[in-house]
Amino acid sequence: MVPGQLLAEGRYHASTGTYSETDGKVYSALVGLAELRGNTVEVVPLEGAYIPREGDLVIGTITQVAGNNWKVDIGGPYEASLHANNALRRPYDEDISRYMNIGDVICAEVITFDRNSGPFLSMKGRGFKKLTEGMILEVSPAKIPRIIGRQGSMINMIKDLLHIQTVVGQNGRIWIRASDIPTLRIAVKAFKMIEEQAHTSKLTDRIDLMLQEEKAKLKGTQGARVENEKDDSEKEDSN
Amino acid sequence: MGDFSAEVISHIDRNYIMELLKKGERSDGRAFDEYRPIEIQVDVVPAKADGSAIVRLGATSVIAGVKVLVGEPFPDTPDEGVTMISAEMAPIASPLFEVGPPKEDAIELARVVDRGVRESETVDAKALCIESGKKVYMVFVDIYPLEHDGNLIDASSIASNVAVMTTRFPEMEMEDKEVVPTGKLIPIPIKNLAVECTITKIGQNLIIDPILKEEFVQDCRLTVSIDQNDNLTAMQKGGGSGPMSLKQIEAAIDMSLERSKDIRKLIEQAVRSKK
Amino acid sequence: MSPETRPDFLITPEGLRLDGRRPDELRPIELQCGVLKTADGSASIRQGKTYILAAVYGPRELHPRHLTLGDRAFLRCVYRMATFSVPDRKKAAPSRREREISMVMTNALEPALFLEEFPKTVIDVFIQVIQADGGTRCASITAASLALADAGIPMRSLVPAVAVGKADGKLIVDLGDEEDKYGQGDVPIAILPRTEELTLLQQDGYFTREEFLEAIQMGITACKYIHELQKDALKRAYAKRAPEGSEEEEEGGAGYENDLEADIGDSDYDEEDER
Repeated sequence: MVPGQLLAEGRYHASTGTYSETDGKVYSALVGLAELRGNTVEVVPLEGAYIPREGDLVIGTITQVAGNNWKVDIGGPYEASLHANNALRRPYDEDISRYMNIGDVICAEVITFDRNSGPFLSMKGRGFKKLTEGMILEVSPAKIPRIIGRQGSMINMIKDLLHIQTVVGQNGRIWIRASDIPTLRIAVKAFKMIEEQAHTSKLTDRIDLMLQEEKAKLKGTQGARVENEKDDSEKEDSN
Repeated sequence: MGDFSAEVISHIDRNYIMELLKKGERSDGRAFDEYRPIEIQVDVVPAKADGSAIVRLGATSVIAGVKVLVGEPFPDTPDEGVTMISAEMAPIASPLFEVGPPKEDAIELARVVDRGVRESETVDAKALCIESGKKVYMVFVDIYPLEHDGNLIDASSIASNVAVMTTRFPEMEMEDKEVVPTGKLIPIPIKNLAVECTITKIGQNLIIDPILKEEFVQDCRLTVSIDQNDNLTAMQKGGGSGPMSLKQIEAAIDMSLERSKDIRKLIEQAVRSKK
Repeated sequence: MSPETRPDFLITPEGLRLDGRRPDELRPIELQCGVLKTADGSASIRQGKTYILAAVYGPRELHPRHLTLGDRAFLRCVYRMATFSVPDRKKAAPSRREREISMVMTNALEPALFLEEFPKTVIDVFIQVIQADGGTRCASITAASLALADAGIPMRSLVPAVAVGKADGKLIVDLGDEEDKYGQGDVPIAILPRTEELTLLQQDGYFTREEFLEAIQMGITACKYIHELQKDALKRAYAKRAPEGSEEEEEGGAGYENDLEADIGDSDYDEEDER
């Protein structure tokens, strides 16, 4: 679908990514894939900036400390705020930079966002904390649902196959921790491949295949190294 | 570099790069002395510019264009043509660049590339004289980054050199005190070719051709300009206030001397491809 | 480049234009999306010899803050020409013409955008003219609306644009450089294709009322054709990313839907993961 394309007329209502005119017809507002849900039609975008929604898990970088608030960069056009009351247990020090400072990376939840204010974050709850080690990969936020997959099917497959830890932020940031660099690189390759091909079908199978192949390659080179060491030590023995 | 909050580099990004460097690796898998893939396209503005080139250095891309005009020489060099190189860090290339007049980094970019060309006497200024004291050719090179993923200096230097060396402009002569075209198209007289290599220092590591994320965590960078006889003709230390030891400077120079050979070949190949 | 001179006629006795086109014929047009990776959205347009790049950043935070609008996004277009894009080198600083075109572009694109979706932000559109051979403001609008869609900005529709004019008494579509300079009139227009409403309308030269209305009709027809090329470019851009053997769009949509429901739920960074 492209902007201005006619999607439906008559009994359908416009939903996200679409609009309707006085003639009752529904048109696409975005480049994306159209979906019918009941009697509404929506277009799921292929691209777009991150617009926060309440309940989103996001990964952000602290950019400023202002009194009892941290300013947090979560990507997109809106800068987020995190109040100390939503992150620390009372009583806490006046100088909150002691707990988290500029440059720290956190995973938090969007608790409020509307046209007039916010977004505001909170770190109260299971799993929200400062992230350390690993790396952060940035992808287009529109592709995150695909990276997670239905009920986590895609992300869990990747984690299980590669034995890595991840946190996937709705704002297009993925934190990855792997036991070694080559594995980390395979994970990055998988996420980038999903990002490229998000709108196609049978993607899960292709990612699975790619991961198996890459893992085999890795084992291959590691196996060869072990074999060589064995040969060398055998040679030494025979001398 | 503007006041966008994207400038705060996260501890994770910084530590990831440092950890990789400790293991002798870079985030894109390159060696410390390896350039990203370089693509050069010549004559991309054939109908209006006298010379032009687009250079892709990994995900960085830059376009340079040349216009040769006729003008008056500088009073202290009456029989020499003039070469002027400028650059604009237009916001089209990066969220870090602001709308508005050029700031220091655009000026530094232009001057570093300019120094490379000027100090090596790439352009034979004396051969650009039409009438001593009165009329000379003026070579204007304008550089526009299109995508910024680090190392605009080297990409701009390559683009600038290729554009200058593939320029064809109308030859002029004096006729009754007027400048008139002879009808011929001629190239810019070239005496030398300086290749610029930029090396970034991060901790105790020296890496060549930094990507943007590496530039964010650099202590400083050193650009070395090397001419066709392996002479050092210009240098610029910038990109941060971290100091460099003499040993590190020597190592950077050696890296540049080595890598400049490949870059030189690529430039010459691109220039030959122009018919 | 030889100095430009006024041609003897713009329309031949056979009724053809300087480049052999019929009066209602457009120059060959090539549109491509996603050509600049640093930007959020981008497009390039070649229309005859005119070559222009468009990049979109946004919605993003707006600096300076005082330009912020409380209820919608601020649309900012900046149109710039490379110094080497025209035969007589253009000075680097923004000219009045560039500033006027920037403003006129903003007005042409605004009606198509749902700016209310992103209050207090800016949507930046940057145009870099690489080679100018007539019709640059229209080509810029055509490319800009494509870049906006490529960036995922919600729009009522794409915005095609074209310049109609008059030469040697005949109405012509898509003016080339000489027709623009030496013709009898220039009417750049841009439309919202479904309703045929005009979002850009300028006129210079001499037209009778009938001529003018006929010119607009010719322009609208040409714009609709350009609109088909724009839609094509968008579809090509994301079709390109699908590997061989993947299903057609409809099936692809259904498959995607099955995998789409995201379990946003818990973060999977557990206490147990800590060492």
